[in-house]
Amino acid sequence: MDKKISRAWIINLIALSALSCALLIPVQMGIIKNYYTGIIITILINILMATSLNLVTGLLGHLALGHSAFMGVGAYAAALYSIHIGLTNPLSFPLALLFGGLCAAAAGILIGVPALRLRGDYLAIITLGFGEIVRIIMNNLPFIGGARSLRGIPRVTTVPFAYFTVVLVVALMFTIGRSRHGRAIISIREDEVASVSSGIPITFYKIFTFTLAAFFAGIAGGLYAHYVGVLNPNRFNFDRSIEYLVMVVLGGMGSITGATVAAIVLTLLPEVLRGLSNYRMLIYSLALVLMMLFRPAGLLGTAELSLTNLFRKRRKGELVE
Amino acid sequence: MSLLEVNDLSIQFGGLHALEHVTFAVDSGEIVGLIGPNGAGKTTVFNLITSIYPPLSGEIKLDGVSLIGRKTHQIFQSGVSRTFQNIRLFKHMSVLDNARVAYHHRMKYGVLAGAMRMPRYWREEREATDRALELLDLFNMKPLAEELASNLPYGRQRELEIVRALIGKPKLLLLDEPAAGMNPTETHSLMDTICRIRNLFGVGVLLIEHDMSLVMGICERIVVLDYGQVIAAGAPREIRSDQRVIGAYLGVARAAGKAT
Repeated sequence: MDKKISRAWIINLIALSALSCALLIPVQMGIIKNYYTGIIITILINILMATSLNLVTGLLGHLALGHSAFMGVGAYAAALYSIHIGLTNPLSFPLALLFGGLCAAAAGILIGVPALRLRGDYLAIITLGFGEIVRIIMNNLPFIGGARSLRGIPRVTTVPFAYFTVVLVVALMFTIGRSRHGRAIISIREDEVASVSSGIPITFYKIFTFTLAAFFAGIAGGLYAHYVGVLNPNRFNFDRSIEYLVMVVLGGMGSITGATVAAIVLTLLPEVLRGLSNYRMLIYSLALVLMMLFRPAGLLGTAELSLTNLFRKRRKGELVE
Repeated sequence: MSLLEVNDLSIQFGGLHALEHVTFAVDSGEIVGLIGPNGAGKTTVFNLITSIYPPLSGEIKLDGVSLIGRKTHQIFQSGVSRTFQNIRLFKHMSVLDNARVAYHHRMKYGVLAGAMRMPRYWREEREATDRALELLDLFNMKPLAEELASNLPYGRQRELEIVRALIGKPKLLLLDEPAAGMNPTETHSLMDTICRIRNLFGVGVLLIEHDMSLVMGICERIVVLDYGQVIAAGAPREIRSDQRVIGAYLGVARAAGKAT
């Protein structure tokens, strides 16, 4: 048991450091140019958004269409923090992100408590409405710049910082997903009645999941704000929420690996097809239609990539964990 | 004092009196059958005990403590677990996880302890896994632990539901048509299993069943519902010859000639 765990740790650590070196050394040495670091940061932010939406849509099984609103709340909160309180020491940027995340989480509770009494189409519509409300409020608040944008945010998001934030958040999502809390959340997706009859306080877990997803989206928003330096409320509109939803569906609902892969592919695609960027939504919808036809469960279904399993031949009847 | 006391329980759906003044009791370690024609209100009794909906009037007590007003998950935590007429498993979870979900309230580690993989996480998860495997072994399902629940054959799925209901160490087990869709051989082994569970864990069992060989075979007492009312209660022998029960099942006019 302990041997197996430590072996999993070692394998994952080696893989992680190899990936980190492959990505970060070229960036630090300046081999990768500005344009590409921009794409990398966008990918990392999108991974955060897709994986956090995956908590609600994939694990909890609830369709939410207002995810970019939480990103917006987090982005503005973090930006205001660093503008007004200032980034004085190395710890204050993480603190700004944390503040952004917490504000988004508060918004998550606020909307989650009434909204999660509904489900399916109704929840989708109420979250959509919430997203639009947030955008319109942000457009009309003078002290955050309103529609004229909030300017002067220090551009401190770097590739390594975004990268390690994503690694940390995704690792947390993964471990939470494999704990008693994660099981409870998935059981709600599978069968609400059976779940509550098995002693799971489902209302609590619904709000908890929603809030956690909002928190991570808020952190993604903070990274975004400090990457672009200018925030406009219309960046956090309905189209963006759909984009993140597409990533989750394409990757396979309930799979963190799937959401990550889809986030990478769907961020790169428009960049690679620069000339075709007008047809981006067309390609999205086509990809989704094809997906529904040929692989309804998404690229990976609910499967996760596990290095430990790749490296080991599974004996019959042996138990994971 | 009985383990479960149901007293004067009533509920209406619109104008329909689904249950009227239902009273019965289950002792611990006792197997009680709840039978009656379709639509008599048997599953409604289960739904009221587990607080899926609140009763209009009446009292439900477990070990002398009222269950009225508690939430469904709290009822499970206080020791009443159930299975469903139409199987409700967590289909896309493994057999092991299906069982471990219901051990949730016995584990106490918090979100952070789970996320950071603290020693407490390992200890409690180990305990949950051991307990789940122990129960699965009882049903000879240990080798299937990693299988997805939806891949199990029908009879196995029913048994997995019972495992899930048992893992939280309940005092009372509510089984809603456990033998539905089973062939006679499967039903027979299910009867053995239910008796074995009762003997091993000392739980009280209240079961709804249409298969009379099962009901008559293992129940110590039987409660008969018809149109939401208890029309008879007693030992299987008495129920078998009760005119009102025969009337409820076969119709009153024919009952006179066919009372066997």
